[in-house]
Amino acid sequence: MIQQGGVYGADSILLDLEDSVALNQKDAARFLVRNMIRTIDFYETEVCVRVNHLSTPFGISDLEEIVPLQPSAIRYPKTETGGEISDLLQIIEQIEDKHHLPHHVMTIHAMIETAMGVQNVFEIASKFKRIDAITVGGQDLTADMDILYTPDGAGIDFARKRIVMAGKASHIDILDTVFPDVNDEEGLKRETEYAKKIGFTGKAVINPRQIDIIHKVYTPTEEEIRKAYRIVKEFRINSAAGKGVFAIDGKMIDAPVVRRAEYILKLANIEVSLADNQGDSQ
Amino acid sequence: MIPKVAAQAGTFESSDVLFLIEPLPEKAGRKIELFSTVLHQYGESFNRIVSEMLDDFDLTDIHLIARDKGALEPTIKARLETAIRRSLEMQEGTLI
Repeated sequence: MIQQGGVYGADSILLDLEDSVALNQKDAARFLVRNMIRTIDFYETEVCVRVNHLSTPFGISDLEEIVPLQPSAIRYPKTETGGEISDLLQIIEQIEDKHHLPHHVMTIHAMIETAMGVQNVFEIASKFKRIDAITVGGQDLTADMDILYTPDGAGIDFARKRIVMAGKASHIDILDTVFPDVNDEEGLKRETEYAKKIGFTGKAVINPRQIDIIHKVYTPTEEEIRKAYRIVKEFRINSAAGKGVFAIDGKMIDAPVVRRAEYILKLANIEVSLADNQGDSQ
Repeated sequence: MIPKVAAQAGTFESSDVLFLIEPLPEKAGRKIELFSTVLHQYGESFNRIVSEMLDDFDLTDIHLIARDKGALEPTIKARLETAIRRSLEMQEGTLI
């Protein structure tokens, strides 16, 4: 399935060397992932590699094999402190120096999967320029908390919201945990809608069947896009005329409303054109 | 190089290949057995990949059994490299 990763429409594909790999198959997985990254065209899909934590016997070998390939991102599991990220970056940069590679291309995704990680997530998210996403690992987090993972996500709700707030404060992506039941499409839709509502910018999947459902939740509707386009266009016209606040259909439009509209257009990958300054009455 | 132990890597799953390596006495040469679901189409290419990698590791006396279920070249190379490194006891960063 790895070689088909780019054709399913995912924004990002995660090649795993960590929990999905048996302890006596770490070498095999490392060589397979290395060769796949070298050979397979994943099209526009971002390629991330989840390495093992540096406290395990596998972490260094993973980095030595993967960092020279410069995937889009390294996903670092069970991140608990900023100090761990400092150690990780030091090793990554040493490997990059050895291979004459820049330090700013490959980014880091920090996975928050323990209570300690949740406690320190603001430091983890804000202190390092190379971290451009944080994620929550629901199964590991509930295990660390000695509670059961339930479909309503009650046990990790505080963690989710704290992680979102840390990500928002640092202006980075925040990715929700996987929905483990691939046969429960309604449940996935509900959970994704909730994740979007509280601020997650995306959600992980464990099966290609889940991709479309998540995309449908996150893709703005045509009505939302039309409204956002009109707001942004009117805002630019009014700004050029020196007006900070204006109204559309009797509703006041100010900076926060414009910012939300701009975000919707960014999701829809739409640029506002001012070529037609007659106004847009759609 | 001389293989030290018998080793294997890969699986019987679709799009994968399983390699088994056994050391042979000095000057016994290479004995390669390939079983593949795509032998007629890709057997020649498969044998070329295997020979090149055995050359890279300078392995001359070896018994290699491959059971292929349509693996791509990067998979074949990864599995064979794993099996070779295991047989040479060169594997790092894994538990045996």
